[in-house]
Amino acid sequence: MSGTQVQEKKTVTLGSLWRDKKSRGVILQIFAVIVILLFIGNIVSNTVENLDRLGVKVGFDFLTEPANYDINQTLIEYDSSDTHFRAGLVGLLNTLLVAVCGIVVATFLGFTAGVLRLSNNFVLSRLMQVYVEITRNVPVLLQILLWHGILIHSLPVPKKAEAMFEGFVLTNRGAYMPQPIPQEGFGWVWIALIIAIVGAVLFKKYANKVQIETGRLIPAIWIGAAFIIGLPLITFLLMGSPIEISYPELKGFNYKGGFVIKPEFMALWFALSIYTGAFIAEIVRAGIQSVSHGQTEAAHALGIRPDFTMRLVVIPQALRVIIPPLISQYLNLTKNSSLAIAIGYMDLVATIGGISLNQTGRALESMAIVLGVYLFISLFISGLMNIYNKRVALVGR
Amino acid sequence: MKKLLPIAVSLAALTAMNVSASTLEDVQARGVLKCGVSTGLAGFAAPNDSGQWEGLDVDLCRAVAAAVLGDSEKVEYVPLTSKVRFEVLKSGEIDVLSRVTTWTFTRDASLGLNFAGVNYYDGQGFMVPKALGVTSAKDLDGASICIQTGTTTELNAAEYFKLNGMTYEPVPVETSAEGRSNYIAGRCDVYTTDASALAAQRSVFEDPTAHVVLPEIISKEPLGPVVRHGDDQWLDIVKWSHNVMLNAEELNITSKNLDERGANDKDPAAQGLLGTNEAKLGAMLGLDKKWAYNIIKQVGNYSESFERNVGKETALKLDRGLNALWTNGGIQYAPPLK
Repeated sequence: MSGTQVQEKKTVTLGSLWRDKKSRGVILQIFAVIVILLFIGNIVSNTVENLDRLGVKVGFDFLTEPANYDINQTLIEYDSSDTHFRAGLVGLLNTLLVAVCGIVVATFLGFTAGVLRLSNNFVLSRLMQVYVEITRNVPVLLQILLWHGILIHSLPVPKKAEAMFEGFVLTNRGAYMPQPIPQEGFGWVWIALIIAIVGAVLFKKYANKVQIETGRLIPAIWIGAAFIIGLPLITFLLMGSPIEISYPELKGFNYKGGFVIKPEFMALWFALSIYTGAFIAEIVRAGIQSVSHGQTEAAHALGIRPDFTMRLVVIPQALRVIIPPLISQYLNLTKNSSLAIAIGYMDLVATIGGISLNQTGRALESMAIVLGVYLFISLFISGLMNIYNKRVALVGR
Repeated sequence: MKKLLPIAVSLAALTAMNVSASTLEDVQARGVLKCGVSTGLAGFAAPNDSGQWEGLDVDLCRAVAAAVLGDSEKVEYVPLTSKVRFEVLKSGEIDVLSRVTTWTFTRDASLGLNFAGVNYYDGQGFMVPKALGVTSAKDLDGASICIQTGTTTELNAAEYFKLNGMTYEPVPVETSAEGRSNYIAGRCDVYTTDASALAAQRSVFEDPTAHVVLPEIISKEPLGPVVRHGDDQWLDIVKWSHNVMLNAEELNITSKNLDERGANDKDPAAQGLLGTNEAKLGAMLGLDKKWAYNIIKQVGNYSESFERNVGKETALKLDRGLNALWTNGGIQYAPPLK
């Protein structure tokens, strides 16, 4: 602003504003914004006008009307007399389920493959290279269709399927397994689990403090793990094993009872995890290679053990390089899950953006909802990961 | 400022697109009718071995083109999925939608569209492999059912099973090809859609005799052509293109005996169809007076179209059933051409 104050003494004319580099920039930017706003406004008013001319109502009132269709995988109670809103919620939960499961497996696969690709074992590193190059270079939609095809064509139909173990049946309509159903008193086991987790975290903090003050190492992770498993288990036995197991049984056309994972979910989950895993593997490899070898040598020279070198010297530096592109991969996986419609997995796009859209004809509104929700999920994931990134990023001292 | 000029011009162009002439004038100026059809449903709309579109729905497009442009071949077929069909019609990308579309209250009243008649009376049925030993839809409790999404089929299935106190696992499929793949693999026990489409699907199976369509028809599915709101003249043209084919059948006028009948027939109704009388029915629609003649000459009457595309001699082997003329015990009934 100091620049303009000097000029204030001169008379300000349009010509002088235009000649001044700074004010010319501002004028042009204001002009560009006006043009963009006009453009958007024109599209919106055109749409509204055209819809009005056709006598089409615009609004979200259809969300409270009964959906009248069924969904095969529901994480919450749902039946065809529930509203379109609830149907959309069922779809959203299905999207989140496959996104979370996919992210977990893709991360695991990616880190394993990325580290193994740098392994000195020739066969192992080549094998990982083949995995990365093949899956990375085939469109994910084809991989989803391929997995679905493999699952429904190669697995037996329920009537011909035989149990692999007691209660475990693999059919082309899903993997059936025994389902534990909590009975009265099981709530205490959850409470015990929470107490155990809190206890383990506090113990780890104490162990860190001891290490900083005295240098003494306490294997806090192992003790904590034993605590987290042990306490709920003891509670469970004390309560008299309050659980009943439901086994799948062939009744009529299908297996009834037990827990089932549908082939559509499996196909989507496998395809997304394996596809994204390949990208993550490359990111991890690049991250590790970005840490100068001198760091490892220096750590060794100080007498730090190899496993500590990896954990305390290499990985923290590699993470700085790994995290930002990793966020993009998580976002990609979540967004790619919208391809679910191709194999009939009932996600957000298939429910609100598919059947509800069709039954009500509210295309604009339905798509706006789907767009908004994906935007929110993506921003949420990206926000979480950015917080984590801040923690591992290089701190200027 | 020079850089901004193109933007201003394109903005003006966008605004100008709002204004358009009537659909009839548009089509005549363009010289080709844009008709939305299925992405491939044997008997209703599918390209044949030489790439020509064929089917009952396609014949309706051809009839409109014959009436409006005098040539049934001047049609551009736009294959549409069930999901996008209404949006594409509303946006004006096509002139008429002839794509096994069920006429329902909601669609008619809330989408800004009009149904211009019924060219096939259908109903939803179930197909099962014979080996399953099922003889009635009432035996389907607990079955897995392949259902094409984005259709009235889903609602009917949900309603039917609820009313009968039965449960089922819906297996949604996006296209008929995907439905076939799922059904043949045994992912679902039952395939449900309109009975005519079941016959079409079955006709392309390796062994069509190994599958049976159950006797229950669980819904009314009047399938017909759809146009946009706001152009009544165009609605009339599409409506009467179909009615001409029905009236021709009723009067026993076919593409073969047409010229002969035109020379001798004194029946005023027949005269109206043949374009020889003074009434000038065509002019009332804004069309040439040979509009009906062209439809019958180039496409044929309803019976000819039916038998050629879905009748006993075709792979679909459908009965006329409800689609027989009212004079033969069916419900196909066209208002008089007077």
